[in-house]
Order: sequence, then C-alpha cells, then structure tokens
Amino acid sequence: MEGTAVRGRLTWQTATVGAVTDETASVRTLVLSVPDWTGHQAGQHLDIRLTADDGYRAERSYSIASAPGEPVAITVERLDDGEVSPYLTQDVQIGDEIEVRGPIGGYFIWDPPVSGDGPLLLAAGGSGVVPLRAILRHRGLVGSSVPVHLLYSVRSQAEVIYRSELDHLNQEADGVKVIYTLTRQQPPGWTGYARRVDQQMMAEVAWPVASGPLAYVCGPTNFVEAVASDLVALGYPPLRVKTERFGATGTP
Amino acid sequence: MSPISRGFHRRHEEAEPAGRVPPGQYVTHDFPVLSAGPTPHTPLAHWTFSIEGAKSPVSWTWPEFQALPAETVTVDVHCVTRWSKLDTSWTGVSLDVLLDAVSYDAPYILAFCDGGYTTNLPVADLKGGKAWVAYSYDGKPLPPEHGGPARLLVPHLYFWKSAKWVRGLRLREVDAPGFWEMYGYHMYGDPWKEQRYAGD
Repeated sequence: MEGTAVRGRLTWQTATVGAVTDETASVRTLVLSVPDWTGHQAGQHLDIRLTADDGYRAERSYSIASAPGEPVAITVERLDDGEVSPYLTQDVQIGDEIEVRGPIGGYFIWDPPVSGDGPLLLAAGGSGVVPLRAILRHRGLVGSSVPVHLLYSVRSQAEVIYRSELDHLNQEADGVKVIYTLTRQQPPGWTGYARRVDQQMMAEVAWPVASGPLAYVCGPTNFVEAVASDLVALGYPPLRVKTERFGATGTP
Repeated sequence: MSPISRGFHRRHEEAEPAGRVPPGQYVTHDFPVLSAGPTPHTPLAHWTFSIEGAKSPVSWTWPEFQALPAETVTVDVHCVTRWSKLDTSWTGVSLDVLLDAVSYDAPYILAFCDGGYTTNLPVADLKGGKAWVAYSYDGKPLPPEHGGPARLLVPHLYFWKSAKWVRGLRLREVDAPGFWEMYGYHMYGDPWKEQRYAGD
C-alpha cells in the first residue's frame, strides 16, 4: 500500500465559481477558479468551507471531477436533508466565492506511470462515478491506451451523471466500454443489466485476473462492499482493489 | 477573512450537546464506513493479536483474547471526514491490560491490520483507560465492514487511528507514519485541534 506521500500544509484559499452545469435533476457540477491550486491527481478530493453571514461554518469533502491540468471541478449531489449540498446545487451563483483546500488523498488515485498498464476496472455506484470520471478524463488527456471497463450502477437513466460524456467515451475501438446497470427503472427495450451488482455480473464485467487489472470502486457502502468482495472472490488481489465509500450501512 | 455565502445558513438547529462535537464536525446517527480496500475476512481460527518489539513479544489467539478482562465503554467517535457519532457502545480489552503483558520502553507504536493498513500512535495515548481493542459494538459482534473481528478504539483521536481489523502493535523508538499519515493526514489527529492533515 505504497504511494505518493503528500507533504506540506494545506491552507484554505478563496475559489470563484466559474461555471455550473446541471448533470441531473439533483446533481450539479461546479467549475472553480482557484488561483493558487498546486495541481491534483485523478481520484483525489478537496474540502469546501462555507461561511454564513452569522459566522456559522460548515465543511465538507468532495471528489474532484476534473482531470489533472484541467480547472478544478466538483460534482455535487443534493441530499435533501443536507446542509451544504443544497446550497451548492441550488443557491450558488457564477462569480460567488467559496473556500477550498486540497488536494487530499493519495491512495485512490490513478497515475499512469505508477499504476502500470494493466486494464482498469472502474465501478461506480450513483455519484461514486465522480472520481472515476476524473480518471477517465485523465486517461484521455494523457493519451493512455490502457483498456477500461466502467460499470455504473444507477437507479435509472435519468440519474446517470455525465451521460453524454460517457456515451461519447463508450467506444471499444478506443478501449473504453461503459456498462450500465439500471437498478430501479429501465427505459423500454432496455437490454442491459437491471439489477444490483452481484458476483455473476462482476464475473462478466471484470477483466480476467491474469491480465493484471487494477480496480477502483466508489459508491455507497453496500455497493462497494458487494463489488470489492466479489472481485476478491474472483481472485483479484485485495491491494489491486482500491475503494472509496460514502454513506451509511444502515444498522451497523 | 472568509467570504460570506449569502443564502447559506445552518440547517440543523437541533442543539448539539455543548462540548461534545469538535469543530468542523456534524453529528450523524448512521454509522458510515470508510476503508481503502476490500473488507478482509480472517477466520477466527487464524486470528491472533500480537505485540511486537517488546523484550519478550506476546501473542493471543482469539479464545485467549476473549478470556482477557473486558470492558464495555460508551464513547463519542469523530471521523476526519467530519461525521461524529455520539454515545457509541463497545466491548473490548483495554490497552492497559494488553501493554501490561509486555516489558518495553518504546514511546510509539505502529498498529498493523489485515489488509495491510497501519496507523501510528504514541503509547501514552493508549494508556490510562483511553484505548481498547474492541470486538463488540452495541452488544453484538463487530461487523466486518466496521472492523470486525476486532478494531482499535482510540476515541479521543480521529477515527482513522482506531484501526479496523487490527492484528497487533509494533513498538517503536521513533514515530513513523502509517497508511493515511503517509498520504498527508496528520501524525497525531486530535479532533479538538482539527489536526486533519499534515501541518494542521
């Protein structure tokens, strides 16, 4: 479990919201202009700090949605009982200033020379697709030919984040294949997966162990637990399965 | 001077008990899971807990560990990702009991775990009724995704120091970063001082 050590103090800096894009009815991407950004790696996250006019502050972490070298972007899913995500997805305006610090995290990253040439298996549950999109964009920008399967589990087509971008990337000639599983609602004539991930699906989607694959799994806890344990059962070495979990397990 | 976000305001007016929630944290009633890799599943027959680096190292099997004096404690835990969970109930063996089984004068430990995770702690933070190896949560065996069969419980530091799937401690003369500490997280991790990242 070795990796790039992050050194030096992370200080808060003021970022300006440069563009907003609605990805779905409840998900928005914010492009941030951060004057002293030191750069980031694909898969890292950052911290956001908001200050209310009465001095109340809240901090949250968000995955970085953009590739290294691109302007910093985050993609935020609105949680109706949340405090920060409703503000970021509904209230914030272009030109507004918010505080950020980062990048943070050095394990859940894809860095081509260090990560090797084995094929990539990216598995996303819901908004867990965000750091995986940064990896896909990075792959394109550096001209990597590492083959990629993205398995994206989402309730319905309407909730697919980055849909047009992913459809555009989904070209086997370029080595990228996007496989959806629509777990709740499928459009008429849907022939793809329509269930929660299981071991059979992973056996069909995952690269053979002998090809030296590297897996990145991000999503709600139950999704990550299922995918990661299925991959281990298929023979993936645990250290080749990097995970990022969010959300609760329900009853522990 | 922080920019003011007009229209942003506190949403959760529920009064948090004074002095129990460190700065920058919010209270959750769920129990989120954060791990860098797959959840390991070590059969109890193969499980041991060891203290290495002492003048005479010691190791307990699962039945031996279960036979050690246990405590049930109710504590608040604080994750660096900003959730805090109050009044969590754990059963396990105090580190006072475990460290009393060895003779040492090293001031630091590196905890090691199934799955390759490590984290560093001063021995002083493990002594004096402040730390446990917990194998039960809320009266039930600790679920694997939460670190079962056993995890460290060091509630006065950020929760990444409470290493899941812990298998032992390596006594060390010098402090050396563990897994998250290598990636820029704080070497000590006091939530009341918001020691989240290196340099905080």
